[in-house]
Amino acid sequence: MQQYSGFGLLKHGLSHHENWQRMWRNPPPKREYDVIIVGGGGHGLATAYYLAKVHGITNVAVVEKGWLGGGNTARNTTIVRSNYLWDESAWLYEHAMKLWEGLSQELNYNVMFSQRGVMNLGHTLQDMRDIQRRVNANRLNGIDGEVLDARQVKDIVPHMDCSANRRFPVLGASWQPRAGVARHDAVAWGFARGADALGVDMLQQTEVTGIRTSGGKVLGVETNRGFIGAKTVGVVTAGNSGVLAKMAGFKLPVESHPLQALVSEPMKPILDTVVMSNHVHGYVSQSDKGDLVIGAGIDGYTGYGQRGSYPTIEHTLQAIVELFPIFSRVRMNRQWGGIVDTTPDACPIISATPVGGLFFNCGWGTGGFKATPGSGHVFAATLAAGKAHPLAAPFTIDRFISGKLIDEHGAAGVAH
Amino acid sequence: MLHIYCPHCDEYREEEEFRPKGEAHIARPAEPESASDEDWGNYLFFRKNPRGLHHEQWFHAVGCRKFFNVTRDTVSYEILETYKVGQQPAVTAESRNGQASDKGAAK
Repeated sequence: MQQYSGFGLLKHGLSHHENWQRMWRNPPPKREYDVIIVGGGGHGLATAYYLAKVHGITNVAVVEKGWLGGGNTARNTTIVRSNYLWDESAWLYEHAMKLWEGLSQELNYNVMFSQRGVMNLGHTLQDMRDIQRRVNANRLNGIDGEVLDARQVKDIVPHMDCSANRRFPVLGASWQPRAGVARHDAVAWGFARGADALGVDMLQQTEVTGIRTSGGKVLGVETNRGFIGAKTVGVVTAGNSGVLAKMAGFKLPVESHPLQALVSEPMKPILDTVVMSNHVHGYVSQSDKGDLVIGAGIDGYTGYGQRGSYPTIEHTLQAIVELFPIFSRVRMNRQWGGIVDTTPDACPIISATPVGGLFFNCGWGTGGFKATPGSGHVFAATLAAGKAHPLAAPFTIDRFISGKLIDEHGAAGVAH
Repeated sequence: MLHIYCPHCDEYREEEEFRPKGEAHIARPAEPESASDEDWGNYLFFRKNPRGLHHEQWFHAVGCRKFFNVTRDTVSYEILETYKVGQQPAVTAESRNGQASDKGAAK
C-alpha cells in the first residue's frame, strides 16, 4: 500500500497527480473464503479491516451489491458521540469513540474526525432532569459530559435563539466536548484501502441472492456471480438485514424505515459545533464545505425505497427554524433518504443466529455511523472467535425473547 | 405525499392526517397464561418487515380517529388497497405474483 504523506503529495504534484495508486483492487471472486462479509458499508469494511489487522484472518471477501460505502454510509449526518445512558450501550459507543480518536493515524487516511462537541438541548424541566441523569451516568462510565445552562449554551452557539419567550425555550443542554463529526465517505474508503492492503477482496456489484446452508450450518452465499463458499458469514446490511434473514430462514426484531437528511447551500462559517434537540426534534451541524447538514426522525411507515415523505422534511425544518430563526431563508440544496433498521429498544443486534456460522450485525437504526470502528472491531472479534466479544455480548437477538432489553429509546439524547 | 383512502370516511385524504401503526393481522397469544417467553417475544417484537407487499395498520388521527388496514408496496410505496379492521386483504404477495393484473388502488 502506498503510504500517504505530505512529502508524497509534493512528489505526486511534480507528476501532475497522474500516478496515484488505486486505493483497492477489483478482483474476481475466489471459490472459497475463510470469512465472507455481506455488505460493503462502513461497518462491513471496518469488520473486514479488523479481522485482517487484529485477528490475522486475511482470506476474507466483502460482498457488496452496489459500490463501497454507497448506502447509509453515504447518507448519514456524520455525527459521532458516545453519551448514551445505559452501561452496555455507553461502553460500546465509547469503545468506538476511542477508536475514532486514533483512526486517521491507524488507517493512514484522513477521516477528518473533528471533535467539535455535540450539544443535546433541553426545552422542559423534564428534559433537564433527563439530561442531568444522563450526564451523571456518562461520567460514572468515564465518558466526558457537562450540563450547561441557557447562558452557557448561548456562549457556545451565539446564533441560536435562546430567549425565554420562545414556544420551546432553551433551558440548557448536555455537552460532550469529545464528540463531533467525521467525513463519512473517507471512513469507508480508509477501511477499504486498509483491508485491501492486508489481502481482503472487495467484491463490488456482487449481490447476495441466497444463503446456502446444510444441517443448520452455513456453507456460503449465492450471488449474481455464482456461489461463494465460506464457513463463517457476517451479515452487515443495515436496512436490508430482514431480507437477508429471510433468505436464511428466520425473522429479526427489526423494521426498516426511511430516514431523511438534507444539506443547504454552502455558507460562510456560522456553526462550529453540533446542535441536537430531542424535544423539537432536529439536529444540525455545518460541514467543512460550509453547508448545513440537517436531519431528524424516521418516517413512521416501513419502507425500502430510499426516500421518505415531504411532511417529515417539513417537520425537520420547522425544528431547525425554531432553534435558528437566522436560517429561515437558507436554501436547501439536496435531500435524500436512507433505509435504517430499527429495533424495538433502539439498540443494535450483534449476534449469532439460529444458523451455525452465520452472524448478524444490524439494528443500528438511526445512529450507526458513530459506531463504525467500534462495531467493526467487536464484530470482527465475534467472527474470529465464533462467540460474542464481551462488549457485544448484551446485544444478542435472544434479548427480545428473554426481555433483557437495553432501552435507549429517548434516553440516548435524541428520539429515534 | 401519500394519498390514503379512509374506508370509514369514504374519502381520499392526505398522509398528514394519518399515523402508521405497524404490521396488521398480528394475533395476540390466545392463551396468555400458557404462552412461552418465545411466544411473547415473537408477538411483541418480531415482524415480517417485507421488501414488497405489506399489510399494515393506519390510524386516521385527525379525521375519524378510527383504525383501518392498508396493503402497501414497501419499495414503490404504492397503496394497493385499504380495508377495515376484521376484513382480509384482497391483494396479497401470492395473488400479486400469480396474476399480472393488479386491482390498482381499489377501495
